[in-house]
Amino acid sequence: MGAQIQVAAYLMAAILFILSLSGLSTQETAKRGVIYGILGMILALVFTIIGPEIKGLEIMLIAFIIAAFIGIMVARKVQMTAMPQLIALLHSFVGIAAVLVGYGSYLDPKNQALVGVEHTIHLIEVYVGIFIGAVTFTGSVIAWGKLDEKITPKPLTFPGKDVLLVAIIILSAILGVFFVKDPQKYFVFLHIMTGLASILGIILVMAIGGADMPVVISMLNSYSGWAAAASGFTLGNDLLIVTGALVGSSGAILSIIMCRAMNRSFFAVISGGFGETGTVAKKIDGEVKSITAEEAVSILEEANSIVIVPGYGMAVAKAQYPVSELTEKLRKKGKTVRFGIHPVAGRLPGHMNVLLAEANVPYDIVLEMDEINPDLSETDVAIVLGANDTVNPGAMEDPTSPIFGMPVIEVWKAKTVIVIKRSLASGYAGVDNPLFYKENTRMLFGDAKAVLDKINAAF
Amino acid sequence: MKIGILKEIEKDESRVAIAPKNLVRLKKLGFEVLIEKDAGINALYANSDYEKEGAKIVEKETIFKEADIILKVAPPTKEEVSKMREGILLMSYLRPATNQELLQELASKKINAIAMDAIPRISRAQKMDVLSSMANIAGYRAVIEAAFYFGRFTNGQITAAGKVEPSKVLVIGAGVAGLAAIGIAKSLGAIVRAFDTRKEVREQIQSMGAQFLTVDIDEDGSTPSGYSKEMSQAFIEAEMALFKKQAEEVDIIITTAQIPGKPAPKLLLEDHVKAMKRGSVIVDLAAPTGGNCVLTKPGEIYTTENGVTIIGKVNMMPMQASFLLGNNFINMLEDMRKEGQFYINMEDDVIKRAMVVYNGKINWPPEPISVSVQKPQETSKSPAVDLEVMKRKKAKRKVITFSIWLIFLAIIFLLLGQVAPKEFMAHFTVFVLSIFVGWNVIWNVTHALHTPLMSVTNAISGIIVTGGILLMGDDLSDPITILALIAFFVASINVVGGFFVTYRMLKMFKKS
Repeated sequence: MGAQIQVAAYLMAAILFILSLSGLSTQETAKRGVIYGILGMILALVFTIIGPEIKGLEIMLIAFIIAAFIGIMVARKVQMTAMPQLIALLHSFVGIAAVLVGYGSYLDPKNQALVGVEHTIHLIEVYVGIFIGAVTFTGSVIAWGKLDEKITPKPLTFPGKDVLLVAIIILSAILGVFFVKDPQKYFVFLHIMTGLASILGIILVMAIGGADMPVVISMLNSYSGWAAAASGFTLGNDLLIVTGALVGSSGAILSIIMCRAMNRSFFAVISGGFGETGTVAKKIDGEVKSITAEEAVSILEEANSIVIVPGYGMAVAKAQYPVSELTEKLRKKGKTVRFGIHPVAGRLPGHMNVLLAEANVPYDIVLEMDEINPDLSETDVAIVLGANDTVNPGAMEDPTSPIFGMPVIEVWKAKTVIVIKRSLASGYAGVDNPLFYKENTRMLFGDAKAVLDKINAAF
Repeated sequence: MKIGILKEIEKDESRVAIAPKNLVRLKKLGFEVLIEKDAGINALYANSDYEKEGAKIVEKETIFKEADIILKVAPPTKEEVSKMREGILLMSYLRPATNQELLQELASKKINAIAMDAIPRISRAQKMDVLSSMANIAGYRAVIEAAFYFGRFTNGQITAAGKVEPSKVLVIGAGVAGLAAIGIAKSLGAIVRAFDTRKEVREQIQSMGAQFLTVDIDEDGSTPSGYSKEMSQAFIEAEMALFKKQAEEVDIIITTAQIPGKPAPKLLLEDHVKAMKRGSVIVDLAAPTGGNCVLTKPGEIYTTENGVTIIGKVNMMPMQASFLLGNNFINMLEDMRKEGQFYINMEDDVIKRAMVVYNGKINWPPEPISVSVQKPQETSKSPAVDLEVMKRKKAKRKVITFSIWLIFLAIIFLLLGQVAPKEFMAHFTVFVLSIFVGWNVIWNVTHALHTPLMSVTNAISGIIVTGGILLMGDDLSDPITILALIAFFVASINVVGGFFVTYRMLKMFKKS
């Protein structure tokens, strides 16, 4: 079989991948999108395997069966609340694969035989590919650990961290120059750089935590794409390049969306957590009015339109099921119930949507922040469920607040706001929330799930 | 601790300090409740209603003898004070500004007295403020009575028999009563306009759905106390002219303007009333302090010669009022036993102002407290202008930086083209174009599907398996083959797991 047919198959696979991503633009076409992706993948694999000079088919087949078994087991078992961890873990796989492919490609005698500019370019490709792969790998492992709370989720940083990061990058570049000049002599530099890049990934992600995790995950998503693209260059494989570029830009866009939703620059997020700015938001006057679940029920009984704003607290308490039950009950009584989702709610872009979908909340009543905000002044009751910074009026009203300028869901415009929360503690940004002291706010203290169960029982 | 509730003996006082429904909360706070026989009778609460909720029905004397706290509506009479024990806590209306004699008597008997009508108007104390809760009732009732005496529908209707215009209501003074009146008039379908000298209430009026009327003179009637002050002559003249014009148009006027410690301002003069249409109604909620209308007869309802009904009293709905009063009392008591222990905390902002007699000393007038919202001084205007300029500048800067980037990119590509081999350039072209395609496709992805987007990109970045396949050899002792096999293995997990979990997620998204 000629190489041209393989190229043609790769082209088709690339098209299918693009269609797969564009399928995700609406819920209706999304499932079709996944099918396109799977078809593209099968096409790519089949035509790679039947290509010329492919060896070790049997071993690969066995490896694939085991891998597929593990993949399916994990994918079936994973709880939707644990999606961020799974995604981080999968990123790390792409990273480690990129490192291994880089080393393999360097050692490949075919490539050792290259001469002149071609050789130099190949070495650069290998070097860059391993660098990105290593950063992705360790960064993703740390992110997984943080999300799974195997490592403290708090941002860990130290003075001079940014300087160290820059130093590592510069040192890696210098080592790279030597390596490219004389790879035989300076082969050890490749190992040193791999170590440096691994440390870079660790430091980078350790410094970030909590509500900034969506940005980290998106960033690692992007890196895993660039790592794949770099592997594509080292192997001269266009399909890998196309796919890597698609994934890389996807992750980059998600990072941008997340940063915009927090009104922070990408570098501000990367260089560490909130709360180090030293600004103290002004003290809040007013009184917190707390209510019981029974009182909340009577408020809801009288409401016609209700908006529920979930946050990470819902995921922690696994309260998506009782909230879905409540939604159904309220809707049966003829009330309008909708959800408002802030782009950075949760620990993963779109995390809340998946949790609500899991609990059978129909997606057409789950709206984005920009869709729900204009309607809030017409809303009778807004329920804030485990969200904090994303509903903080200080972001709009108080220029001294560290989160001033961040777009938020304007729940306080509703006639009554019920905030379901464990305590008055501040959110990830460490900012007091004036919402709790507003005239029309009622605090319902308690575990989100327990409280909702109580409300459900009363209906 | 025992709480005693006395029957009101003042003429026309049909309210009672606690309604049966309030008793649950009072018991929760740990109080024992003694209530005088027939105390609730005028508010339509029977003795048995109280007994059912666990209160003890007793004679007057028992309360004076046993109660540690006495709750009352109207200020106590001399006789009542003389019977009270020393050192007890009394909570009731006291009218401290005009009732110096009573304060002295209370002081000489060492009775600690909280004037429920002198609660400072701060938001924390709103739940205890009897003036607010009574004003709310007055506002509601004013509209109901006006509608009763007014001979037409309040709302507009289109019936088979013909079209009916909605009636027009003017509310003067948008305090608690005024705002309540606006709300009720609005829900009865009337066209509502409202006037207030305080500019800060404009938003509140508009949020209730009424039209805010104003005069051309720039003068703000707000004071730090939350009440309004008397206005200048020029302002009053402009105001009078405005009312004249309105009087000709509207069907119902509800006036609520009061200035603390002074007689109510006269806002509607004889010619205003004359200008009104036959059948119109004026409800004067300021009647107890003299009335806002010169023709008001406090405590009476009558019709003038030109057919305008002027209402100088409204039914204060004792049943409803007693319940709200009871809640005001309980909110205050609840506040006073914050740490589980009931005590008088004279450091507390609210208590130290409302406690007009304490330990034999008269504590009136209290130190002032500021509640009015401080207006930001005209700062908003200039930044708005700047913002426009800044926006344009920003847009310009954006174009410039973008152009610089493009030039920079072009140079990089050129340099690359100089040195890079042909094959690399071909791959590079594919790479750059793919980024552009990805960029445009991904922006279209709906926010709701960002998690599936990540897992599907995870799956397809598993395409790095092809890298593993291409590097594989037959010989398992060859380091390249081992590296390739591991890469192939983990990437395969990615491919299968990624697609599977994405599909699982997407299956969950259902439409209603």
